[in-house]
Amino acid sequence: MLRYATRRILLMIPTLIGSTFLVFLLVFLVPGDPVLALAGDKRLSESSIRAIREQYNLDDPFLVQYFKWLGNVLHGDFGFDFNNNSVTDLIASAFPYTMALALSAFCLKLVIGVLIGVWAGLREGRAPDKFNLFFTIFFLAVPGFIIAYLAQYVFGIKLHWLPISGVRQGFPIAFVMPAMVLALETASPLARLTRTSLVDVMRADFIVTAHAKGASPGRVVWRHALRNAFLPVVTYLGLSLASLLGGSVLIETIFNLPGLGGTLSDAITLQQGPVVVGVSVFLLLFFLLSSLIVDLLYPLIDPRVRHA
Amino acid sequence: MSQNLLEVRGLSVQFRSAEGHLTAIDDLSLTIGHGEALAVLGESGSGKSVTAKAIMGILPHPAARITSGQVLLEGEDLLTLSPRRLRTVRGEKMAMVFQDALTSLNPVVPVGAQIAEMYRIHRGDNRREAQAKAVEMMRAVRIPDAKNRAKDYPFQFSGGMRQRVMIAMALALDPQLLIADEPTTALDVTVQAQILDLLQELRTERGMALMLITHDLGVAGQVADEALVMYAGSAVERAPMTELMQRPAHPYTLGLLSSVPGPEHRAKDLPTIPGLPPQLSNRPKGCSFHPRCSFATDLCRETKPAVVAGLPGREVACHHWKEVARHDDATALA
Amino acid sequence: MLEESETAAAVEVRPTAEGTRRRRGRVEALLLSSWRRPFLAMALLIIVVVSVMAIVPQLFTDIDPRDCDLSLSRLGPSPGHPFGFDMQGCDYFSNVVYGARTSMLVGVLVAGLTFVIALVAGSLAGYYGGLIDTVISRAADIVLGVPVMIASLVILYQFKSRGVGTIVFVLVLFTWAGTMRYLRGTVLQVKQLEYVQAARILGVGRLRILSRHVLPNAITPLIVMSTLSVGAGMTAEAGFSILGVGIKLPAFSWGLQIAAASSDGNWQIAPLLMLFPALMLALTTLAFVVLGENLRDALDPRSS
Repeated sequence: MLRYATRRILLMIPTLIGSTFLVFLLVFLVPGDPVLALAGDKRLSESSIRAIREQYNLDDPFLVQYFKWLGNVLHGDFGFDFNNNSVTDLIASAFPYTMALALSAFCLKLVIGVLIGVWAGLREGRAPDKFNLFFTIFFLAVPGFIIAYLAQYVFGIKLHWLPISGVRQGFPIAFVMPAMVLALETASPLARLTRTSLVDVMRADFIVTAHAKGASPGRVVWRHALRNAFLPVVTYLGLSLASLLGGSVLIETIFNLPGLGGTLSDAITLQQGPVVVGVSVFLLLFFLLSSLIVDLLYPLIDPRVRHA
Repeated sequence: MSQNLLEVRGLSVQFRSAEGHLTAIDDLSLTIGHGEALAVLGESGSGKSVTAKAIMGILPHPAARITSGQVLLEGEDLLTLSPRRLRTVRGEKMAMVFQDALTSLNPVVPVGAQIAEMYRIHRGDNRREAQAKAVEMMRAVRIPDAKNRAKDYPFQFSGGMRQRVMIAMALALDPQLLIADEPTTALDVTVQAQILDLLQELRTERGMALMLITHDLGVAGQVADEALVMYAGSAVERAPMTELMQRPAHPYTLGLLSSVPGPEHRAKDLPTIPGLPPQLSNRPKGCSFHPRCSFATDLCRETKPAVVAGLPGREVACHHWKEVARHDDATALA
Repeated sequence: MLEESETAAAVEVRPTAEGTRRRRGRVEALLLSSWRRPFLAMALLIIVVVSVMAIVPQLFTDIDPRDCDLSLSRLGPSPGHPFGFDMQGCDYFSNVVYGARTSMLVGVLVAGLTFVIALVAGSLAGYYGGLIDTVISRAADIVLGVPVMIASLVILYQFKSRGVGTIVFVLVLFTWAGTMRYLRGTVLQVKQLEYVQAARILGVGRLRILSRHVLPNAITPLIVMSTLSVGAGMTAEAGFSILGVGIKLPAFSWGLQIAAASSDGNWQIAPLLMLFPALMLALTTLAFVVLGENLRDALDPRSS
């Protein structure tokens, strides 16, 4: 177990360096002056330009720039934007909103996806299975933002049940629609995977043995089938963090939530390059960390990995 | 009749497939007495595993259907029991051991818990009691360091040990009938012998009947009192083990025995039964074996032979069994 | 939908042990039977119509999408103008028709390029193993360590002149890895199969084994994944536009139209402005997904 953990952590380091370097590279090696690119159409004063150049150490050789920046970022220093606001502070204040959205969406998606998947898997070939197929295809095909606009239109504008913008109503009301949309968007691969995994497991030899032991059908499903069927599902859940984080950007923008995604989108509109870079890198690091945590949790449920 | 522990009468099983209904077992009858060991011999596709699963009531459904017959366990027809009642019979009165212990055991549950599950389901024991009994069973099948190993997972055992776990699980409630479906096929020869010895010992200890399914005559010879030979879904011969080996009455049995390599085959081609077993969807008319049989006549090609009690204590389904039984030369089929 | 996990979960195809010819046969059989499968037939129809729309928009409308009259701004549908007019008073139908080209282009290019890169990298890594595998897999790990949307945003922000090429580049850059890993996985599986080992023992050259024996069977999931990528690419382009880092104006694409409709609450006043391009996008994506589903069912050896 310890060996597995150390190996996972060690593997993460080159990924961390590689991906941050990739982003840094593409941001700062853009044709032309990166500072001007970061500023967009804004006109900067001499002192602003100098401050930014210093912030990113742009007078140093490229690799040094990168490592200094990485060092700062890992210490929680995400720099300052063109108005001298601390990007770190912006991230800190936006983070709780994104967590609220992401966690609620995650829980909802887990429940919806797993329930539909299990139901479809147990009734293979019959109505619930067909429903699962329809559900999966629909949410796979129709883009998340369209669902979002649709929901806003129906539940917000026409029915006036839920707010379509901002967090004035606080948690949970302001988050119901956004979390639900995000959950539905990402639940379909989960439902599909759960269903397939369950169908496969139900065909396994040890299920026959369980029946031979005189176990009731309920026990066979609950104690034997599901425990095994959930293994790939849990792996998937860890991997799906990426799509959850990515999806949250658009959802926060559409529903005007002041989370990291919303901050990112505002920064793009206001052409505050340092904020764009800072928030993105933070999300990247957050994603890597969460993936690592999920990786480390996996042996807890699969004894074969624990003892390997 | 309460003499026989298990009596199967006229069992027929069909499978639903893309090509229609396939008959896997056709009018099969067999009996096993209390404490008796019956070997069910046959090659893959002969229907031996299907028979076992039909008796246990664990055929895949809706793919498989029992279309006729009775399965009497101590006089009670299992095919007419309610699912709940059948579930109590399974495990308590009859149990089954499978070929591949690695895939037949739940990979993510410790073996102790899997054995203990028997006590929890059928006796309502709590976790601690059931676990203690499970460890006892593991000792009974001679797994060393049982208490600690009970916490291990199936993949942490060797093949032979895993099979012992399966046996422990099956015997937990002291059933009167144990069905073993190719229990040693996946094991090395030395381990095979150990497992067979274990089965024998447990049998005599508990007075348990054994239905041993195998394609290996050697394995059958070691353990069984009686043998039932199956071919293409039907029983073709039944006899006490030694008599079957010395004087087979069915051409197929004769072929099987002849193809066991021995010193008389030195420097010669090994005898085989020509041809292949028939597809379930394409059984020959008349006797299923006739295309491969050197005793076959027009009668065989037209009419399926009925089971006759030709020799005392034996049964055979062949029109020419007398000829076959007279045959002394084991290599006649070559 | 661009995340590796999602496409992998959605695809779930095992590599087959049948050759190219057999597979082509099954695909042909599928297409021929499409009159019996209404969903597939509709999907194919949509794909054909949209493709034609992209290539020859003039077939569908003779109104110049740039021929605008501000006084007609946001007027609803009327004879001759089935989609009404957009904010600038341009005929919306012709705008949507002309938008097909860019959207389809992005989708098809992303799918095609990802297919090629994943194919080459995945087969090299899976089949040859060793150093090539290490290098390619490490590179993939790095790319996979980045959520697609977020990384794309930063980079697109920096690139001020964003054309189809830029969008395609960014999307392909961050999605090749997931698809590559999947193909590598199936190549590894097929490599173990006995007939491949038999070919090796017979002395068949490695490249030949790879192209003739391994790939034709490992490629099935890749084909299915690619059909999903088309829709994913188009959707991503729209997402970028909504966030403000899409294709630079002036240009026509459904993404831009959706973004324009979504800004300043325009769509709340004139919901049709959102509806039409969104409908086109959703239908096209749906059509490709249905096609992918049917391909998967046709090529999956498990389904009889």
